Amino acid sequence: MESSETPEGLDAVTAPMNPVKDVVEDESKIAEQKKAKRKKMRRLKVAHPERCIGCLSCMFACSRINTGRASLARSAIKVKTQGGLEGDFAVVVCHACKDPPCVAACPTGALEQREDGRVVFHRDLCQGCGACADACLIRAISLDAEGKAIKCKHCGACVAFCPHGVLEMEEVED
Amino acid sequence: MLRRVLYIDLNKGESFVEDRYDLFEEWLGGTGVATQLLLEECPAGIEPLSPEAPIIFSIGPLNALFPAMTKTVATFKSPLSGELGESYAGGRLAMAMRFAGHESIVIRGAADRPVYISIRDDDVQIKDARSIWGIPATVVGYILRDVETGVGRRSIIRIGPGGEMLVKYAGVVVDTYRHFGRLGLGAAFGSKKLKAIVISGTEDVEVPDPRRYREIYKGLYKTVVQTDAMEKYHDIGTPININVLNQLKGLPTRNFQESSFEGAEKISGEVLADDYLFRRVSCAHCPIGCIHIGMLKTSFSREHEYEIRKISYDFELIYALGSNLGVSSPEGVLELIEACERQGIDAISTGVVLAWATEALERGIITPEDALGVKLQWNDVNEYLKAIDNIVKKQNEFYSALAEGVEAASEKYGGGDFAMALGKNEVPGYHTGPASIFGLTVGVRHSHLDNAGYSIDQKAAKKNLSPEEMVDAIIKEDDSRGVYNSLVGCLFARGVYSTEKIIEALASVGIERTEEELEVLGRKIFDEKYRFKRREGFDPERARIPHRFYETISTMGMVDPETIETMMKIYRRRRGW
Repeated sequence: MESSETPEGLDAVTAPMNPVKDVVEDESKIAEQKKAKRKKMRRLKVAHPERCIGCLSCMFACSRINTGRASLARSAIKVKTQGGLEGDFAVVVCHACKDPPCVAACPTGALEQREDGRVVFHRDLCQGCGACADACLIRAISLDAEGKAIKCKHCGACVAFCPHGVLEMEEVED
Repeated sequence: MLRRVLYIDLNKGESFVEDRYDLFEEWLGGTGVATQLLLEECPAGIEPLSPEAPIIFSIGPLNALFPAMTKTVATFKSPLSGELGESYAGGRLAMAMRFAGHESIVIRGAADRPVYISIRDDDVQIKDARSIWGIPATVVGYILRDVETGVGRRSIIRIGPGGEMLVKYAGVVVDTYRHFGRLGLGAAFGSKKLKAIVISGTEDVEVPDPRRYREIYKGLYKTVVQTDAMEKYHDIGTPININVLNQLKGLPTRNFQESSFEGAEKISGEVLADDYLFRRVSCAHCPIGCIHIGMLKTSFSREHEYEIRKISYDFELIYALGSNLGVSSPEGVLELIEACERQGIDAISTGVVLAWATEALERGIITPEDALGVKLQWNDVNEYLKAIDNIVKKQNEFYSALAEGVEAASEKYGGGDFAMALGKNEVPGYHTGPASIFGLTVGVRHSHLDNAGYSIDQKAAKKNLSPEEMVDAIIKEDDSRGVYNSLVGCLFARGVYSTEKIIEALASVGIERTEEELEVLGRKIFDEKYRFKRREGFDPERARIPHRFYETISTMGMVDPETIETMMKIYRRRRGW
């Protein structure tokens, strides 16, 4: 079967925000699932950092799928070296904070927290002040070449391209 | 697409960038371009270690864009062979060059004191390296990491004492675990007083049709991680071949006196993976993770105190410093590999040189005095460690000769019949049969990676291929690899990047090529390399083939010199020579 050959989460690449894959029979079920989808926020998690081989495929997936370019600088996920390739890799991702300091720090409303907890980024409103990046203790936000914030959308694109199961998507409980 | 060549002149301490669109248009990138730059830059007949001899690096149009497109090619005039020097390394260099915005780098001249080059995008600085001259290649990494920027996206390439001392087979260490190993690029660095290059950049690559690019990428990524096309590289890794070749009577042992090794199982990829492997890492933008790192734990006191050394290992290293030296302990092999890493010398060449020296001492061609009392004997790791040290220090006339390579050493002392070099390059770990011997002789850099003769032998052993068929297979590999090496892809992924896939990948980044065009290009690149080789005096028909190849049984049985002669005749005809 085809699906058995698909690495975990690769479907997320084609439909990043849609965790529902199965065909549903009736409309009530669809409505129910839509409701569930709205309620459940998904979050990127570094489940097994020690399995990282430093290939940077996740970073390239993030920039490729979200910006159409091959770039490390435009990736929202960051794989850092600590003491070169001899050291351990550190995988830095947005923690999807319940009370996000980046949103609080943003003076223009470019970073906005929705009712379901999701943080959305309005690129046109971003003035590139970098306050969000400074506010994020884990350094998950950076600025791109145009000075605009790079903020993880928790879309799962990187998960699909991690060859070693370092990354997972998890549902955030209310 | 980038089309930029960065020229750095160490005589003047200057650099500039030139747009060479036409060069890349005609030669694609990588080795195609690097060969042309070498022909342009290197004066005919020049002494390889003189300031006039250039060093060239090049990447290709797919580097940093697709999985496993991870290599950088270096071209230079080889101090070991005196003709084409060409070497490949992975790590993070290709990515760093791409994001710094330089597809090729040409280094001219020589500095008058030790320097290193720091490249950050367009900012190129030649900096003082006097304080790190003489320091092992491994340690230079720690030092430069602290003083240079670009953590996580840079590449640091450096030489060790071997390169500084102009050992003719010194290499350049790339990002700790990868190397420009073969043919002496490290000595070329040393002759220019160039200790290291640190490169990083912040550019990114735009593609004309992101949707198409994503689609092609996804297909290739899936093939790389899911099919068994690359299975052997990420499980046991290349050392899987120790047991395989040993069973096939193709594993060179004790300087090719035998082709199977009684200690093979003990130093096999399986044993290393089970008992020593503690980590695997990747080159930038390759999901495979073929870099196998073994942990060597040595006790240094009775109170449970240990030295821990992390050593990357591969098949060729285990052959050269293991079976070919009769070394049958994994610890011994790892220790010898580490000595080569520290000194920054090529492991294959070092192993072959030491094997020749061992036999030469056994046969009385050299004396114990020549060896300065070092008891060169099979399986004696500690004595071999001393010998490596003596070679790098060029301790006396004999060790200085060893530092020149096995061909030069045997010219001086005799014993050419068992000086295992082809095209003056110490041979890799295959005694599989005529295709390997012949392939290494005619290959552009006398490497098993030119045309994989060892693989053709293994096919021939099953299918009974005629000399014509073997020659045709060699030519096909020679030529198609010229194209692949222009991209510049990792050869481990060559099964994934079929011509069709290459055409698709190129098209998705705006480069349209047909199958015919690529075929013609491959042949042209081969011819251009031979133009350089012949210009510098290489004549394949007069190449020396050590008699030992004909004395030891191979995978294909005993090899007959006439078979090689027949293959040469066919090859010459097919090539139109």
